[in-house]
Amino acid sequence: MKNRMENNVLNKKPISIKWENVRRNWYKFSRNKLSIVGLLVVLIILFLVIFAPLITSHPEAVTKYVNFSEAKKPPSLSYPFGTDIYGRDTLTRTIYGFRISLLMSVVVLLISVPIGVILGLVAGYFGKWVENLIMRITDIFLSVPTLILALALLTILPRNLVTTMIAVSLVWWTWYCRLVYGLVTSIKSEFYIQANELIGEGKSSILFKEILPNCLSVIITKMTLDVGAIILLGSSLSFVGLGAQPPTADLGGMIADGVVYLPDMWWMAVFPSIALVTIVLGFNLLGDGIYDMFSLGEA
Amino acid sequence: MEKSLLEVKDLNLHYVVFGGSLKVLDGVNFRVGFKENIGIVGETGCGKTTTMKAIMRILGMTTAKISKGEILFKERDVLKMNEAEVQKFRRREISMIFQDPTAALNPVFSIKSQIYNVIKYSQGTEKKLTKKERKDLATKALSDVMLPDPERVLENYPIQLSGGMRQRVCIAMALLSDLDLLIADEPGTSLDVTIQDQILELLNELVRKKGISIILISHALGIIKNITHRTYVMYAGFMIEAAKTTELFSNPLHPYSKGLIASVPTLVGRGISNGIPGHIPNYSNPPLGCRFHPRCSYTMPICKVEKPPFLTVSDTHQVACWLFKKEGDKIGK
Amino acid sequence: MNNRNLAFIIKRLLYSILILWGISLLIFFVVRIIPGDPARMALGTQAPEDVVERLRVEMHYDKPIFIQYYYWFKNVLRGNLGISLVTKHPVLEDISELFPATFEIALYAFIFIAVVGTAIGVFSARYSNSWVDNLGRIFAYFGIVTPQFVFAIMGMLLFCYVFKILPSMGRLDPTLTYPAKITGLITIDALLQGNFIVFFDALKHLILPVLSVGLGGMAQSTRITRTSVYNNMRKDFIAAAQSYGVPDRVIMFRDLLKVSMNPTVSILGLQFATTLSNAFLVELIFNWPGFARYGMTAMLQKDLNAISGVVLTVAIFVMLGNIFADIVNSFLDPRVYLLSTSKE
Repeated sequence: MKNRMENNVLNKKPISIKWENVRRNWYKFSRNKLSIVGLLVVLIILFLVIFAPLITSHPEAVTKYVNFSEAKKPPSLSYPFGTDIYGRDTLTRTIYGFRISLLMSVVVLLISVPIGVILGLVAGYFGKWVENLIMRITDIFLSVPTLILALALLTILPRNLVTTMIAVSLVWWTWYCRLVYGLVTSIKSEFYIQANELIGEGKSSILFKEILPNCLSVIITKMTLDVGAIILLGSSLSFVGLGAQPPTADLGGMIADGVVYLPDMWWMAVFPSIALVTIVLGFNLLGDGIYDMFSLGEA
Repeated sequence: MEKSLLEVKDLNLHYVVFGGSLKVLDGVNFRVGFKENIGIVGETGCGKTTTMKAIMRILGMTTAKISKGEILFKERDVLKMNEAEVQKFRRREISMIFQDPTAALNPVFSIKSQIYNVIKYSQGTEKKLTKKERKDLATKALSDVMLPDPERVLENYPIQLSGGMRQRVCIAMALLSDLDLLIADEPGTSLDVTIQDQILELLNELVRKKGISIILISHALGIIKNITHRTYVMYAGFMIEAAKTTELFSNPLHPYSKGLIASVPTLVGRGISNGIPGHIPNYSNPPLGCRFHPRCSYTMPICKVEKPPFLTVSDTHQVACWLFKKEGDKIGK
Repeated sequence: MNNRNLAFIIKRLLYSILILWGISLLIFFVVRIIPGDPARMALGTQAPEDVVERLRVEMHYDKPIFIQYYYWFKNVLRGNLGISLVTKHPVLEDISELFPATFEIALYAFIFIAVVGTAIGVFSARYSNSWVDNLGRIFAYFGIVTPQFVFAIMGMLLFCYVFKILPSMGRLDPTLTYPAKITGLITIDALLQGNFIVFFDALKHLILPVLSVGLGGMAQSTRITRTSVYNNMRKDFIAAAQSYGVPDRVIMFRDLLKVSMNPTVSILGLQFATTLSNAFLVELIFNWPGFARYGMTAMLQKDLNAISGVVLTVAIFVMLGNIFADIVNSFLDPRVYLLSTSKE
């Protein structure tokens, strides 16, 4: 896949937004019906997330609310997902849980993508010892499973959502660094020849003006797929007690709380689990659709 | 009509692809006699390789489907053979040399391993060879194709050999059995011209020595002229002309053949010609009637509607073109 | 194995050791960046100042950080990973006590991924677009989107509570005793001692954890294998093998398989360590007495030595996985070492 993506980047012209292009991109995107499913799922979740305060019936569920008379209730009309041990509505908490998941993805990507892309460009362009240094560091980070690294980092940092996001970002930039580095090095060998012929136009402006826009399609695709991946990682971390702290609702945390009460009060763990799978599935399908739209898979 | 070694009758083949099918072969007809050298000429994409693979029934791992036709080898229909018969056919009666020797050799097995594998299947079930016999056979096969130091070649991997050496190895493997027909798909095309020359001479020599027939596919006309007795011209999945080689080159009849022969650059006379305008048709939606008509300067109304059959113009010359209907009628087709 | 193969492997080994050393640097500096006084933290707020000072000197906390690294590294090489804050035992002891349990899950899960995942990939490619292929792809997709612990939960619900056929907790039925410890892996130990009752019971307890980790991890290698086989199927050397009359079955499992395995093996090498870290999560659900609980506690209690030990262990596995993949690849595909020397 990597080589095909590089080929596509080499052959593509600068992106322009015209109605014709939009129609063509939609056609490519929608050829696989599953991509549309992904888009719908993501849109629905975005809607839920944005309008959460307006649409949830039990807004107190995400606070330190406690009402033991309503606790441990199975799914019913007023509590479609049942209640947890404190009497909080699981459905409301699930929707707010989506908020946290998305927040984490957005923040991590906002931090790690620029860092990774810039470092990748630097490593690819400057070469020599800079390249070696950056890529060895990247190798080291990529060698250890992300979960373990994040755990180690969070041992020393205070445990809350912000530090978790920072810890994940510190690990995540390496993927983008490696990705962009690969693209730049293969493009460099092509542009190098042309660059010498261009009088006055330095290599750096070629890199930034022409290569970067073409790398964008690959980067955007990866970012979409990464939303799902970060949500998974985040939920694994909150499953073990990191990330958002109580009483904030978080999917992983909810599942961890609910596991203890299996199998009798199954709804406490099952509904957040299904929600988690759904949101990750949605972003993955969407990402695949974007991959098709940019024709990254075609040789 | 004398007996033919191979006779392909009205072969129709299509590939199933996403959203339709590619109708590549549209009624291919040709025959190969015993100890006869046949040439097939045509541009890339006209279906030559596909036809050959169909003959050997090695299209198994692709999405190709044969909808019509017969392939008669020594008067048995290859397409109707069961698994055991086909295997025997492939192992003992026919062999193929592929276009790109680098692609035709499995890169992760040594030459020794690959040759021994072929030996295992090509010698027939009665003969069980000892290790020494097997090694001797392999070494002899490699030296027959003029490879220096066969023992070292055996130990090597394909990537360690040059293009010419790989081609010779492929030829050696193809000739290990007691075959009757050899198919050579553009041998030496990917190689240096001087090496290509050597390879073809080698092929010619071996074919003569073993008394086998050869189907030589090429789009290098000079090669065809030197080696073959009869030549077919193929276009977009069907044969458009067949003639004794010398006659085809001195008197091409079909407009396409004329263009082909004319496009061979000469040192004196025409120099370099303009080639044939246009390109091969889209197989998912091929033109009706004669598939060449969009590019033909002599198109007649009937060409757009009905496909021309093979019309006999003389004992040694047939052409599939409506221009020659009258000649065909004269002789009585 | 010929000389060039050997040279290649040694080069890769050295590189991996370099990476491992880099990881050790990373761990060390990360852990030392904390604000606060490590000696004070180790002894607690009640300890008198001179005791703390003595510990500080002893542990070289007063020296510059590079000297500290030197002493730490020396200790690590001798096998001294420090004392755990929580258990008050040497970390190395703790880890060798608890690690085999986690390793048992990871090992079987890895085998599952390698064998089943690859097989599905091969069949998916060979019979592409048939029901085999579609089923395989759906499986693989769910493997990607479902976190391991959700697999575990669903599995547990289904097989322990709905169809009560599998146990849900622990490694062994409480009425049985552990076999004498040889490797620490109950299944191997039991087999070696001929204790089949324990062997089968341990297997029963392993099924859910192993499948939870395995089904999720299978996705990547299945996809890669499928793509690789699919691309190679259409190459001329396969058609050539058919033309020589080699039976299809032989082609599939000999010619096709060997040439397609390179990317799969590389991915599996990377996944070796990932299965270990996934086993972590799954352990907590099944109350498995392994590494995970230790690591979790270490993290929550800021037990620096313990967490360093855990990360280091995982890092060693990362290195082993990569070496293993390189070695296997060099045997499968000689181009790996025939080509590399020309570049460097």
